Amino acid sequence: MSTDIILCGVGGQGTILASKLIAAAAMKKGIPVKTAETIGMAQRGGSVFSHLRLGAGEGSPLIGKKRADLIIAFEPAEAVRQMPFLKEGGSVVVSSRPILPVSAMIGDATYEVESIMAYLRDKVDRLTVVDSDAAARELGSMKVLNVVLLGAAVRSGALGLSEQDILAAIHERVPARFHELNEKALAFAR
Amino acid sequence: MHSEFLMGNEAIALGALAAGVNLAAGYPGTPSTEILETIAKRGAADVHVEWSINEKAGLEVAAGAAYSGARALVTMKQVGLNVAADPLMSLEYIGVKGGMVIVVADDPGPISSQTEQDTRTFGMFSKVPVFDPSTVAEAYEMVQEAFAFSEKYHTPVFLRPTTRIDHAYEAIEVKDEAEYEQKEREGFVKDASKWVIFPKLSVRSHAAIEARNAELSKVFSDYPRNKILSGAGQQGSLRKGIASHGVSSMYTRDNLAQDNHLPVLHIATPFPFPEELAVKFLEGLDEVLCIEELDPVIERALLMVCGKYHLPTIIRGKLTGDIQTVGENTVESVGKAIDAFLGQSRPEEKAEAVPPLPVRPPVLCAGCPHRASFLAVKEAMRGQKTIYCGDIGCYTLGNAAPLDMCDTCLCMGAGINIAQGVYHMDPQTKCFAFVGDSTFFAAGITGTVNAFYNQADMTLVVLDNSTTAMTGHQPHPGTGKTIRGEVVEAVSIEKVLRAIGLSVVETVNPLDHAEAVATVKRVASEPGVKAIIFKSPCVVLAKPAARSKVEAEKCIGCQKCIRSLGCPALVLQEGKAFIDETLCTGCTLCESICPVGAIAGGEKL
Repeated sequence: MSTDIILCGVGGQGTILASKLIAAAAMKKGIPVKTAETIGMAQRGGSVFSHLRLGAGEGSPLIGKKRADLIIAFEPAEAVRQMPFLKEGGSVVVSSRPILPVSAMIGDATYEVESIMAYLRDKVDRLTVVDSDAAARELGSMKVLNVVLLGAAVRSGALGLSEQDILAAIHERVPARFHELNEKALAFAR
Repeated sequence: MHSEFLMGNEAIALGALAAGVNLAAGYPGTPSTEILETIAKRGAADVHVEWSINEKAGLEVAAGAAYSGARALVTMKQVGLNVAADPLMSLEYIGVKGGMVIVVADDPGPISSQTEQDTRTFGMFSKVPVFDPSTVAEAYEMVQEAFAFSEKYHTPVFLRPTTRIDHAYEAIEVKDEAEYEQKEREGFVKDASKWVIFPKLSVRSHAAIEARNAELSKVFSDYPRNKILSGAGQQGSLRKGIASHGVSSMYTRDNLAQDNHLPVLHIATPFPFPEELAVKFLEGLDEVLCIEELDPVIERALLMVCGKYHLPTIIRGKLTGDIQTVGENTVESVGKAIDAFLGQSRPEEKAEAVPPLPVRPPVLCAGCPHRASFLAVKEAMRGQKTIYCGDIGCYTLGNAAPLDMCDTCLCMGAGINIAQGVYHMDPQTKCFAFVGDSTFFAAGITGTVNAFYNQADMTLVVLDNSTTAMTGHQPHPGTGKTIRGEVVEAVSIEKVLRAIGLSVVETVNPLDHAEAVATVKRVASEPGVKAIIFKSPCVVLAKPAARSKVEAEKCIGCQKCIRSLGCPALVLQEGKAFIDETLCTGCTLCESICPVGAIAGGEKL
């Protein structure tokens, strides 16, 4: 079995921790993992992505276009940016909350969230939209958005891992005082 | 042996430790930085590890260790190799006693660099052997083999990973500490005929290097990481093959379907080139496509081999326009090139109508003190003819709208000298050079001495956030900490500047906006070379003290805060400014510039 996954979002949102959690969960099941991430430069506020290849064997750490089984997007526009990588019939899990870049705020760029969401609904058969504002209200924090999205990805079936697998990885990699919050986040909108 | 999920840089570090490395030095630079950090974290206490003040210093420290018979590692990125080029060229003539591996991380793309230079080419230029790993697992093994080659042939060697090796993760088998090599070292033994570079020695060394590299070319033909992966080869009427290296070999593998396996020449040591192996590969092939990143190193070597051995094989690649000449390879770009090479058509990608996407360049963090420093200078100098010479670091992002505070950026420390050049040609322009604290130590001090000695008129602005922020918060001489967290005496930037001879050196907190503006006005009006040190810790390391809040009834919706600061925490909501409290750090800069006092300190944290 092999699963190619792309995580994408805005620097500072926690995409790297999310990719580490998936990798740890897969490794525990004996699945070989390769990943490649955007780090360095001042990525805060910039577009970032991680490529995860579960069961890739001797392949490269990067995923080819139209080959990703799943895109987990922390932000709608970033989901669209990665769409060329999604395979036919692939799944997308996307946070509903747009993050306006500074360039849009000062009027140098536009951000049409309605047309972006409409495009995703039109192009993706297996689309899960996570109401991240509701998640933030209920959980009291945007810091666990990554785990909320992982929960949705698990339930979409495209991740090939169970909630228990992810939970075990969280227990291993996240400090104990955040376990309860992360468990709630993983179960959000179950 | 045990299994670990490792980043390529961590694997290189553990490989060096497994090889019994005694000393490791370097300067932070993406994508190389994590190698030294891992050695500091995982290396035994008797392994000396240091952040050197720049790459030249790091290479020289490592050379001293290798002169003493120790195994030494030095790390940098490709641009850093230029800084270390001076000692490197001579060191290759002198040679080493213990093993010395110079890790230079290349950055095709480039993803976070000024240049796309290829260290394989630098290897040929400097005559230093190059090891080019293709996976994280191979990088781990290869660094150990590189030490052995270095020691055997008394030469420093390059290990040259690229971003997709350095920053890729893989679960690999690594040695337990008990299995690490133990290197005995003799210490430095005086011998002026060996360690002192005189013209007589240079001629002798040059001859020895040429002979050794000819020998290494043969030795590398049998090095198992240089290999021919066999395949049917026949494609239509022609026999075809592929030559590749590094991560591009993996992209090639991802693209070769099971039924049309081409023979692949995989090159792990691009210099000295394994000529005999290449001849074996080329014999009987009509056409070879070279798939490589950055320079056409393998392509040129194969062309040379074809000429030398009168082989009729056609060599394709960058020089023939069959492979992109710039930028990073991808699974996709390699697939397209292979399809075209095999005369296969690839389904045309239809250009789809995609909704407009916002450009999202990286920005200074919410609460970043550099924003406040730039704003203070901008406000103080309003209406005057100015140039703002930037440098390498987070503060290069000061170039973005709405700050627009970076008019030039060349390389580490260059801003200070560029400001001087502009001043000498155009004395009416008020010249400013911005430099970070780490960059000041790496390459700023000499430029400041030059400005002082050569009578420039300029303002040096040191943006001191007490860390090397862009590469991930490494300590430096000004922080009073070593790479292993030991507390040492800090070097005072202010004292250094005063020792050079600057009489006007003022230190101010940039977040105290009124005071910061007044300081810039006062200092910039002084003659000669003068300096302002804006001192405030990097916001990623400092805990926020409070959050600012907008009083909606007072806000008149003028958007001055949004338009002048470009702070990611400030957004417009229903015509009024709003502060995203998950991002705000309570830097209070927006409070200082709101014309109606609608922003005030919110809850103290």
